[in-house]
Amino acid sequence: MQRSWTWVLIAAVLVGLLAIGLFSGRFVVYLSMRVMILAIFALGYNLLLGRTGLLSFGHAAFYAGGAYGLGLFSIHVSQNPLLGILVGVILACVLAVIVGFFCVRHTEIYFAMLTLAFGMMVFSLIWNMREITGGDDGLVGIMRAPISLGFAGIPLNKTEYYYFFVLFWFVLSVGVIYLIRNSPFGLILSGLRENDRRVEFAGLSVKNYRLAAFVISGTFAGLAGSLGALLESNTDPFSAHWSHSAEPILVSLIGGIQTFAGPLVGSVIFIVLREIIERFTQNWMLWFGIILLVIIMGLRGGVVGGMTQLFQRVRSVSKSGGNP
Amino acid sequence: MLESIVHVCLAGLSTGMFIWLVASGLTLIFGVLGVLNFAHGSFYMLGAYFCYTVLSVMGDNFWLGLILGPLCVCVVGFIVERFFLRYVYHLDLPYQLLLTFAFVLLFDDLVKVVWGAGSISSPMVPGLSGSIPIMGRNFPVYNLFIIAVGPLVALGMWAMLEKTWWGRIIRAASSDREMASAIGVRVSALFTAVFVFGTWLGAVGGGLAVPYVGLLTPGMGETVIINAFVVAVIGGLGSLKGAFLGALIIGLLSSFGTRYLPTFDMFLTFILMAAVLLWRPQGFFGEAA
Repeated sequence: MQRSWTWVLIAAVLVGLLAIGLFSGRFVVYLSMRVMILAIFALGYNLLLGRTGLLSFGHAAFYAGGAYGLGLFSIHVSQNPLLGILVGVILACVLAVIVGFFCVRHTEIYFAMLTLAFGMMVFSLIWNMREITGGDDGLVGIMRAPISLGFAGIPLNKTEYYYFFVLFWFVLSVGVIYLIRNSPFGLILSGLRENDRRVEFAGLSVKNYRLAAFVISGTFAGLAGSLGALLESNTDPFSAHWSHSAEPILVSLIGGIQTFAGPLVGSVIFIVLREIIERFTQNWMLWFGIILLVIIMGLRGGVVGGMTQLFQRVRSVSKSGGNP
Repeated sequence: MLESIVHVCLAGLSTGMFIWLVASGLTLIFGVLGVLNFAHGSFYMLGAYFCYTVLSVMGDNFWLGLILGPLCVCVVGFIVERFFLRYVYHLDLPYQLLLTFAFVLLFDDLVKVVWGAGSISSPMVPGLSGSIPIMGRNFPVYNLFIIAVGPLVALGMWAMLEKTWWGRIIRAASSDREMASAIGVRVSALFTAVFVFGTWLGAVGGGLAVPYVGLLTPGMGETVIINAFVVAVIGGLGSLKGAFLGALIIGLLSSFGTRYLPTFDMFLTFILMAAVLLWRPQGFFGEAA
């Protein structure tokens, strides 16, 4: 796609997101927030999966780390949302450093199983340590206190106000992840996916780069978890379960693993499609399974990959005057 | 004290043998096809539901259900391998895992559509119901039966793989696909056969679970598949001997954990899994990498 068109598209999306916050009903606003939170989770996750090719089944633990970090801080210490998010993100980051330190020793199936094991350890602790985490009830009654600026406070209690708070974090995350992806560091990560031997021969520590990607993606998972906990005003123990780790994978796969916009588009499709399907039937998983099958069997570039290919084909056809 | 330890051991053995029944098929499929099959838990669930249906349609003959139910699931397994899985063997791991995961979602909801979203309480097996006293406390007869079936399945699989012509071919194809195909083994047909056989094992596990867990629920495969993964991993992916031992260890660990450390019983299982992966990723019986 041409560069100028990309900017137009970005501007249109931003205007659209602002318009949703200003003019839409509460339900659309709520859905948009869920899309943005899932997109932060999936974009961060895809930095690991799409760039380094490592498949983690433990990132739900970092999401839950962010959620429970914020929840515990808000209930026991202070309701300041910025401090709460900071605590949640730091907790997720520390968890990711510890888990990642062990997990990056392996790749492929062993990496997937190792992250599954660590993720489920976190889940079992959250599930069983009732006194601290609330067990299967989770933490309830997390308040959205105003952000205090000394002389005035920005209120977050209403859904519409909180929307702009989420939008701020969403735009920030997209920007940061884009920069990371296109930095020299990001290029080395994709080198790891293509040929880790060569990266090693170039004198770089494969493990350290994998660990860095793991921690960055875990940190964004934590941010998503903190924002999610504030949105729902509670935490859910199943947010740490391995099946929740599958969510960013599915989202990336639907949108396209190898593209930057893939997880974004995938998040929109995932949330919106689920709402639509659930309106008509009880069985959204059935339809979702079928969609997944179609994508894996025939459309491996995901929606974004497929669209890009289509776009290029149309262009090459029109350039050569209808004779491809 | 002693009675209680004996009973905890017995409970652990029956849990372990029960996980083994499911993990055996998973391990066999991974060993030969190289695919870690999330949908194996769904085959287990379908096995349970089909057995239940055969039971309720054909009269209360549990053994008939245990024969016919898993056969129906074999058809499902055949479709999954022949029309879907076959086309992703050459793809990266995420695609393989997610394809099987897609079937988990699909089957979970299909079961809700066909059999309803609620749980179904299952009938007992005539002749194996009730319990007998062991060291002063009652122990269910059916659990003793499971403890006996586990080793029999292990013995049967060992005999098949080590002593028969079929087993030789399966071992050949799993150690070197190309060489096996060069000497005239139809590898793709063999893969289908192994997958269907593994499916059958999972479905039989589900059928045997009908009286054991007592309740049929649409999500019942998901907890089982994770336990089976743990067992397959600590035994060394692809090693049947390892999976058998792994199932015993996990069964005993979880029953002792539940009894003496209830807060950490699930945690213990996963910390063992992580420890094995870190220090001996090839498992107990796998050869050094």
